[in-house]
Amino acid sequence: MGGNLTGTVRLTRLALRRDRIQLPLWILGTTVLSSTSYTAVREQFPTEADRVTALRTAVDAPAILMLRNAPTGTSDGDMMAFQILAFLAVLAGFMSTLAVVRHTRQNEETGRSELIGSMVVGRHASLTAAMIVTAGANLVLAALLALALIGNGLPAAGSVAFGLGVGAAGLTFAAIAAVAAQVSQGARAANGIAAAAIGAAYLVRGLGDAFGEVQPDGYTMTSAWPSWLSPIGWTTLVQPFAGNRWAVLVLPAVFFAALLGTAFALADRRDIGMGMLAARPGPARAAAGLLSPLGLAWRLQRGTLFGWAVAIGLFGVTIGSLAGTVEDAFAGNEGAARTIRELGGGGALSDAFFTAMLAMVGAMAAGYVVQAMLRLRSEEAGGRVEPVLATATGRLRWLGGHLVVAAFGAVALLLLAGVSAGLVAGLGNGDLGDRLVDLGAAALVQAAPALIMIGYVVLLFGLAPRLTVALAWLGYAVSLVFGQLGELLNLPQAVRDVSPFSHVPALPSADVTATPLVLLGVVAVALGAAGLILFRRRDLAL
Amino acid sequence: MTTAISVSGVVKSFGRSRALDGLDLSVDVGEVHGFLGPNGAGKSTTIRVLLGLLRADAGQVSLLGGHPWRDAVALHRRLAYVPGDVNLWPNLTGGEAIDLFGALRGGLDRRRRDELLERFELDPTKKARTYSKGNRQKVAVVAAFASDVELYILDEPTSGLDPLMEAVFQECVREVKRQGRTVLLSSHIFSEVEALCDRVSIIRQGRTVEAGTLAELRHLTRTAISVETARSIDGLVELPGVHDARVDGTHARFDVDSAELDAVLQHLHRFELRALTSTPPSLEELFMRHYGNDAGTGTGDDGSGSGDGDGGRGADSRMAGV
Repeated sequence: MGGNLTGTVRLTRLALRRDRIQLPLWILGTTVLSSTSYTAVREQFPTEADRVTALRTAVDAPAILMLRNAPTGTSDGDMMAFQILAFLAVLAGFMSTLAVVRHTRQNEETGRSELIGSMVVGRHASLTAAMIVTAGANLVLAALLALALIGNGLPAAGSVAFGLGVGAAGLTFAAIAAVAAQVSQGARAANGIAAAAIGAAYLVRGLGDAFGEVQPDGYTMTSAWPSWLSPIGWTTLVQPFAGNRWAVLVLPAVFFAALLGTAFALADRRDIGMGMLAARPGPARAAAGLLSPLGLAWRLQRGTLFGWAVAIGLFGVTIGSLAGTVEDAFAGNEGAARTIRELGGGGALSDAFFTAMLAMVGAMAAGYVVQAMLRLRSEEAGGRVEPVLATATGRLRWLGGHLVVAAFGAVALLLLAGVSAGLVAGLGNGDLGDRLVDLGAAALVQAAPALIMIGYVVLLFGLAPRLTVALAWLGYAVSLVFGQLGELLNLPQAVRDVSPFSHVPALPSADVTATPLVLLGVVAVALGAAGLILFRRRDLAL
Repeated sequence: MTTAISVSGVVKSFGRSRALDGLDLSVDVGEVHGFLGPNGAGKSTTIRVLLGLLRADAGQVSLLGGHPWRDAVALHRRLAYVPGDVNLWPNLTGGEAIDLFGALRGGLDRRRRDELLERFELDPTKKARTYSKGNRQKVAVVAAFASDVELYILDEPTSGLDPLMEAVFQECVREVKRQGRTVLLSSHIFSEVEALCDRVSIIRQGRTVEAGTLAELRHLTRTAISVETARSIDGLVELPGVHDARVDGTHARFDVDSAELDAVLQHLHRFELRALTSTPPSLEELFMRHYGNDAGTGTGDDGSGSGDGDGGRGADSRMAGV
């Protein structure tokens, strides 16, 4: 075994050096977000009565419970955990899975592991180094979260439980990514599997909370059994500040050990650069549909789009089926109904609910668009654009192929969400036609921010190719936080207005207003046109 | 039009480093032109400028009568490019990638494609992620030679190919040359360049240091001579242009600067020549001369050596000495 680990220390140092900016940014960003949320909770819900009212609303609204957690109490710590704990677990998950894949499969793909593997380095050194770095990052994150909360004056035990809960989720997803890196065909696929695992864990936990049991006090809850099946559920089930149930942390520990053992066992059986499943032969000749820049872009992007379509379709069906529940749940609770209306921008209760949910779909579609458009940069950095542009393919045609796929994909995803929600909701209450039209239109207006993101990424790609990936996700995250969480974080309106999400008409509760949509469209086109001009004029950044 | 590629005084900087520093290159229509230089000399940068992927900071570039940046798309219809490091889409098969490159270039010859696949022994049904470097290289080479174009720009096209495939590649180059097409061949393999190229340009640190036919280039350097005479030789070592001389009575071996060859032979005549072998410098020696520690005029005794015992030198690289 010792021979298998030779060189681990050196590889760990190499990985730390490569991640010296990225990981600290993740950790600090996550910590800052938790502190901001704490401040927001205190400003937004200053009194016990405010908190009880808000939580009473929440426990009756499955959609809110899906997005937050089951509330555990009204103290500052409890309220903060209710708002942000599951979300922080997601962030820790992405930090960890991206790091593990980066230091395992991505190294193999770029051929770096082959070079390293030929040196005095054991078979397990690479995976071990990746896990050491990722585990270390999660430990630091847990410690910083705990310290930041204690520094804010929250109880020490609860703060530590909060930090450990988030760190444990990160570790669990790191182990999932370690297995995915062994099983999959490449880094992209490994990241996809890991991201799907995070999404599924969030959804399963959401179901557990949505179907949880309300306690006699009327505003705290016990999560239902699905939460126990989800790594993010384990984090919330620790119940920091309320129960501080340390024993729950045994679950992620056991799960982590088991998956890590599996990953090492798989690593023993696998050849470098290959997946567990052998690649099947494909066609010897290209189909006619592939033979154009657009055809190529579609071929490269369709897998990602289908993945998103499944997720968004399921989400649409889920919100459609909750429409009736919302009406029933608030039938006898006028105060709660008013809160929902305020959140959703007024109008009928179920309309307000759909407005809030379709805004989330808009955020997802914008996320898809960023991912799809970043193909431009990965094609360029990976050297695959050079032979294409050396053919009679102009730069605009090449870029246009990816742009068309991303724009089409965003509109298709939004329509899918609106139609699936409308179909299910309409079949439920009998006015199928109205529901389909209303929700389809409500989903479609969300295309505006997605188009802005397309323009924004094209601009970055033309202006600063090497910074495109980082700045694109940063811009997306900022838009999301300002636009979607701006209310939650109590940000001033001027700051929220920076985000394109803040300007989308609140359909179906409000009426369509053309002006903001036209303006958003103009901004998108201007950003994209500037990016195209810059890209035509710049050198390829290989 | 007789000039396919004309580059003069091209400068290209990346930040502070100057990749091209007044580079000149001239390639005639119908010739196979060797493009040599050590790693980092600027060969790939030059090729990317020619392809309009990079924009020159200064200097004149003309490609097939057009401007490589402004007329990129129109020019690319008339040329095929093989990069030195072929990156393919992992989930496309080799056959799909070949068809795609062909279609994007404006069409490819189906029969020729299939014939080339056979000659290069490439399985087109395999996904690119399972190809070795050599096989990825074959994908680009097949896609290029299956296209009906005027100019082939090949950037170290045979890196990773085995000797059998190297031979197939050389046949392909000769075939397109016979059809009157132009080839710019950047390469590190001297035997390949000596076998294929009509003219050669050697660059160093972004500047052209030599250009001409192999015979012309050879003229600029030393020839290795071995002689046998009837009478004992003397006074040879002192002659200008003679290097590394070993005189053993009626035997002598030495290198001589090509410019002094005539004077040296006249000196040797006095001792009644019985036998004489002259070996022209190989391209490799030319190259080493330019890139050895003491580059430039080559008066130093750096490792160029006489090399007349080099068994690998082909017959076609020998020249009659007298």
